Amino acid sequence: MERAEEILKILEDNAKVSPKEIAEILDLKEEEVEEMIKKLEGEKIILKYKTLVNWEKLGVEEVYAIIDVRVNLTREKGYDDIAKRIAKFPEVHAVRLVSGEYDFQVVVKGKSLKDIAFFVAEKISTIPEVRDTVTHFVLRTYKEEGVLLFEDEEDRRLAIVP
Amino acid sequence: MRRIGGWQLSRKVNEKVANLKPSGIRRFFDLIIGREDVISLGVGEPDFPVPWKIREEMIYSLEKGITSYTSNQGLPELRNSIAEYYEKFGFKPDPDNIIVTTGVSEGIDIALRAIINPGDKVIIPEPCYVSYEPLSILAGAEVVKIPTVPDFKPKYEDLVKVGKAKAIIINYPNNPTGVSYSRKDLEEIADAAVELNAIIISDEIYAELSYTFKHTSIASLNGMEDKVVVLNGFSKSFAMTGLRVGYAIAPNEIFEAMLKIHQYCMLCAPVTAQIGAIEALRNGEADLERMRAEYLRRRNYFVRRLREVFDVRMPDGAFYVFPKINANSEEFAEKLLFEKSVAVVPGSAFGECGEGYIRCAYAISMDKLKEAADRIVDFAKRMI
Repeated sequence: MERAEEILKILEDNAKVSPKEIAEILDLKEEEVEEMIKKLEGEKIILKYKTLVNWEKLGVEEVYAIIDVRVNLTREKGYDDIAKRIAKFPEVHAVRLVSGEYDFQVVVKGKSLKDIAFFVAEKISTIPEVRDTVTHFVLRTYKEEGVLLFEDEEDRRLAIVP
Repeated sequence: MRRIGGWQLSRKVNEKVANLKPSGIRRFFDLIIGREDVISLGVGEPDFPVPWKIREEMIYSLEKGITSYTSNQGLPELRNSIAEYYEKFGFKPDPDNIIVTTGVSEGIDIALRAIINPGDKVIIPEPCYVSYEPLSILAGAEVVKIPTVPDFKPKYEDLVKVGKAKAIIINYPNNPTGVSYSRKDLEEIADAAVELNAIIISDEIYAELSYTFKHTSIASLNGMEDKVVVLNGFSKSFAMTGLRVGYAIAPNEIFEAMLKIHQYCMLCAPVTAQIGAIEALRNGEADLERMRAEYLRRRNYFVRRLREVFDVRMPDGAFYVFPKINANSEEFAEKLLFEKSVAVVPGSAFGECGEGYIRCAYAISMDKLKEAADRIVDFAKRMI
């Protein structure tokens, strides 16, 4: 299990590291690593391999909004039921139950402000258990998934240091 | 100008200084300067910047205007933290026996000057860090070098053979070999020191970067507390190299002597760095863990690659690999630089017995390390 954790840490940081390289890093056999990864995929511990894209740099307009959602719970409908209902919309990027003034934090992705505003008005606010919503449009992202989206410091070390 | 032992002497300069050999590393440094394409495995310092928490704390202290001298010994809060922190390496020193220094470099200098009388012998197991010999000579010592190839550990018999010595300088995990000493190895060295009635100067700067076994300070061994000067610092563990902050833990009498020198030649370590060091010990563990894990991965990867072509001892710590190359170190390193644009340091820079080896520092990103490994393997295969 410890080995599995180490493999996952490497892949979480960079999904492109090959089983051969992981084997070299962890001092294992390549086949062992391949087998372990297959097992982790089968058990849905590894959910998916994705690419983190900086769309802004490409000039592609993408609008993100974070929506705080407050809900009324009933005997029939708890948090899980409401969350699942919201999560199934393809426009919804993430749904989290959070502490504080609101119950859910929903991240929505759309083509324009209008797109998102209508989506919230028509699809989220109309859910009977939703009491109210607050929409925050994302103006700029500085860090995503632990990756800085701005130029970081360069290596200033001397070429040879005793 | 007259010549002594091959080196030019002028009356303007102190003879001992004039006689010091120029650093074997310097020449390589000059060869690389201005070349952008070189992947350097010659850098003996972390590739991580100082963790942001630590930098933030230092910036805040500057904003508040904390820029004055501290006491000679260093900030009391830092010394208390160091004392508590050192328990993890086997003993808890008295904060009053700690001097905060401007890096281990200063610590070595003042420790040697505090204990050496002209002509006293200092034993230096080689290969070793480049400053031990020159600083011993400058302190007036007669240097006795002990080769430790092929396992890079000083042996009891070799040490006691010297007969009489004032000090032994050890460094573990070791720069350049990456070898560390187990409890058994340390007992052997301690026994020899007792036999010789010598003080051990123990440079433990890479203590946190131990991978195969837990680091034990030689000062924690039974009866050794008053025979060891422990040197350590924040450069390697917390990537604070340029901030110049380290510390010395010394037994009473030696401590007093070291403090005397320190107060005249250094006054105190930089206050900003001392504040950063307090934060490092208070909240730096997670950052340290992250860096250590990364070094470990690189070590495993790189050693496995080098073993395709060289005889390599698996290093226990630090971020160096010291492969045996079966060729002249300098020629090999120079050719590798010109033909493959990879810089390494010839083993001979760390003592005569380092000849036939090269030092590779894996304190660079995994991508660059891979590229460097490919080039070295390719180069070595063509040489064989």
